[in-house]
Amino acid sequence: MSPETGRRISARSQIVLLSGLVILWCLVWGEVTVLNVLTGLVLAVVISLLFYLPAIDLSGRVNFWFVLVFFVRLLIDIARASLEVAWLVIDPRYKPSSAILAIPLDTRSDLIMMFTAEAISLVPGSIVVDVDRQESVLYVHVINVRSEKDLEDFRDEVFATEKRLVMAIGSHDDVWRVRQPNHLTRSHTGGTA
Amino acid sequence: MTGDGIREIITISLVMVAALMCCAAGIGLFRFPDVLSRLHAATKPQILGLMCACGAVAVNSPRISTFLLFTAIIIFQGLTAPITAHMVARAAYRSNHLRRDLLIRDELETRVERIERGEESSKTPPES
Repeated sequence: MSPETGRRISARSQIVLLSGLVILWCLVWGEVTVLNVLTGLVLAVVISLLFYLPAIDLSGRVNFWFVLVFFVRLLIDIARASLEVAWLVIDPRYKPSSAILAIPLDTRSDLIMMFTAEAISLVPGSIVVDVDRQESVLYVHVINVRSEKDLEDFRDEVFATEKRLVMAIGSHDDVWRVRQPNHLTRSHTGGTA
Repeated sequence: MTGDGIREIITISLVMVAALMCCAAGIGLFRFPDVLSRLHAATKPQILGLMCACGAVAVNSPRISTFLLFTAIIIFQGLTAPITAHMVARAAYRSNHLRRDLLIRDELETRVERIERGEESSKTPPES
């Protein structure tokens, strides 16, 4: 992972990203027609030229089975945790108790870090308060935790989310890293610059 | 006939779940003690509520264009809601709008202190 922002990206990831924008455009119109695809294409090119952002580093590896696993699991998590938080709101005996945890991720990819942060923020009960990009650390606010064990459980959950994502779209390097036993890699995150 | 009946029942229960979730979000805004916990109630259960509401309409009038539109709605909501929550949480933390006595652990404190003492120019991104 190098923090340079102006790096050129391969034509293949360029095409993938552009078609992503075109598909979104078609979704917004609710139908796929030649006109929609063409206007979408023009808009996608104009947008990516006008609003220049740091290059997205696609790893070039996609495992559709794990993508499916990730989304199904995300849906289940959202449903389960929404009900939990909803119950917490109504429960008259609820005493507030929360924590802010630093969670060092294994991945060195900005994209995967971003998606992990999105995924754990989507699941009720946790919000990403701050991010340390250089060292891949997420600072997460967790609601309704009472003991050390709750904290460790939550940490493991985040690692599991990260692992599912890396298995789905991560590079071979990242896959190797998340497959290591936890204590080997997590004791010294960061310091890769 | 029976097919329509089943569809009605599914629609009704989805709408009920959606309404309950939004209601919970509203109550949570009042009941939770500080900004960070309120964000949990305000931004999250309504994602499930939105999905259920979209699902209800989709079940009631199954057309490809509705499905496509709802996919777009849920994608955009799913991408933007966490970012809103994150920005508000970040601002709340830095401006001390939180009850530290309710936190059983705070691993961000030392980092923020370190940044505020020195290297803030290099580490904190520009905020508006």
